[in-house]
Amino acid sequence: MRTVLAVGGAVIALFLTIAMFGGAGWTHPPMANEQTGFRGTGMDLIRTRAGNAELSAANVAPAPADPAEDGGQKASEVYENVQVLGDLSAEQFNRLMVSITEWVSPQQGCTYCHSTENMASDELYQKRVARRMLQMTQHINSTWKDKHVHEAGVTCYTCHRGNPVPANIWFDTPPPEAGRFIPRNNGQNLASANVGLTSLPYGVFDDYYARKDTPESVVRVNATTALPESKGKPIQDAEKTFAIMITMSQALGVNCTFCHNTRSIAQWDTSTPNRVHAWYGVQMVRDVNQDYMTPLTSVFPQVRLGPTGDAPKVSCATCHNGANKPLNGANVIGPYPSLAKPTVAINLPTGEAKSPIPGTDKPNPQPTPVR
Amino acid sequence: MAMLSFERKYRVRGGTLLGGDLFDFWVGPFFVGFFGVVGMFFAVLGTALVIYGAAIGPTWNIWQINIAPPDVSYGLKLAPLKEGGLWQIITMCALGAFVSWALREVEICRKLGIGYHVPAAFGMAIFAYFTLVVIRPLLMGAWGYGFPYGILSHLDWVSNTGYQYLHFHYNPAHMLAVTFFFTTTLALAMHGGLILSSTNPKKGEIVKTPEHEDTFFRDTIGYSIGTLGVHRLGLFLALSAGFWSAVCIVISGPFWTQGWPEWWGWWLNLPVWR
Repeated sequence: MRTVLAVGGAVIALFLTIAMFGGAGWTHPPMANEQTGFRGTGMDLIRTRAGNAELSAANVAPAPADPAEDGGQKASEVYENVQVLGDLSAEQFNRLMVSITEWVSPQQGCTYCHSTENMASDELYQKRVARRMLQMTQHINSTWKDKHVHEAGVTCYTCHRGNPVPANIWFDTPPPEAGRFIPRNNGQNLASANVGLTSLPYGVFDDYYARKDTPESVVRVNATTALPESKGKPIQDAEKTFAIMITMSQALGVNCTFCHNTRSIAQWDTSTPNRVHAWYGVQMVRDVNQDYMTPLTSVFPQVRLGPTGDAPKVSCATCHNGANKPLNGANVIGPYPSLAKPTVAINLPTGEAKSPIPGTDKPNPQPTPVR
Repeated sequence: MAMLSFERKYRVRGGTLLGGDLFDFWVGPFFVGFFGVVGMFFAVLGTALVIYGAAIGPTWNIWQINIAPPDVSYGLKLAPLKEGGLWQIITMCALGAFVSWALREVEICRKLGIGYHVPAAFGMAIFAYFTLVVIRPLLMGAWGYGFPYGILSHLDWVSNTGYQYLHFHYNPAHMLAVTFFFTTTLALAMHGGLILSSTNPKKGEIVKTPEHEDTFFRDTIGYSIGTLGVHRLGLFLALSAGFWSAVCIVISGPFWTQGWPEWWGWWLNLPVWR
């Protein structure tokens, strides 16, 4: 009996050891690290040379289309129902349309958004969403230029990467269900990829990224006085803060010390300048979600909505896709100045949501976790 | 210095590793030896350099004095004295002093004809320090990954280096090291308590023997490791704590660059419940 148990234990231990060495994804030097703080503070970006090469290979910006003539007739004069980009010349307009197809629906082509019978028709929900997305891109590149996206800017490709639905989107989290042995899971302890496989609360985007009026204090759990003067925040709030910070690390492929000197996380004057960029990035995400994504809820067909019937929304990962500078920091907006103009107010036709294109009525692609 | 009557006969010549008879003498209670002299040299030089570093630094506040390693951009080269070179020389002095101390212990062991358990145990502590300031920086490609010498600054380094991996408590080797550290203190407390309990009976009763100690543990947990065994266990627990500490930091960076929580993906992905 003892022998059987010993052999069995040894076999299990051997199997687990092999799984641990083979399955964990260990890396090895040479390293390609970057110092982010004063020497000796331990503030560094930790990456292997191979991992860095892989990351930048996965984030190459597509070559811009050849420039088109400026003169000639305007798009709004040549085509019907051009509401956002009507000021472009027809040639520039067509160039942008071709680029958008490559960025968003390279497999599906023009007819992903346009009705084959009438290109001007707003019949397809994709076209109505796309129009709003063009405005969103213009809004990001103009309003948020100095604060977050800078010279690099964003195009459709920054998020879409050749997918009609960007890989890293999020939906509201359904309320926690009772487990088999516990009355409730408190929205945590699921080793969710979203929070880096920690036991931290996984539904954190709802609280932090959905609304512009989210108070500044919501993420701040540290005491600001030496002694408690009132009831402090509960530990659950600290866990949520930790969780949202981990999602940010995962989204940008960086660690906590990219922005913070953790000797005092909240202190701005010992933080790196990256933290200022990130702070504005969070404001931008809330802005985009409240003003552009959530209002599209009635435009999207059911299959594009989340489990609680909400529209897909953006987080840091939607643009960053695991890189601290999306698309390696390439200036993607330069060749497409029309996407950087302040957007014009337009009448947004909503219409009934339907998905008439074959193959588009599949459920949402599962967002792939960023590594 | 008073000397016990039997002590003199153990103070014999010979058994030295280096230097022969040169420093084979005692100063008061202390054996000197070649490595005592070398160790003293490194200790004095290193301490003087720390004081020099404090003097050219911004503060004499004992908590805030900081001797930082060079910038990562210097790689594995020597850095200018005021930009981390001091740290590099102090590191050499520290290692020189620690190793000298261990070898001095070896020489004393040889004189006494006892095993090398004490210097070997101290060697584990040196190995952990060597891992932190030499092996890991070599693997990472820059001396700048060593920890700074300062009371608060080294704690800040620990904090930031932990947060480089998002949540260091998920580091499996860190888990083992922490467990061994706590178990060491538990074992030491129980062992110390047990010995004192059997040697401090009630007034009027005789001092108890190891048989009583064995019986106490047999009655409580069904097994006693024994008088010699408990010291083997203590040495094993303590050395394991140091060893896994060294492992937990050397794998952080060179062999794992993500958050440590993500390392557990292999467990979540086991075919049993994937």
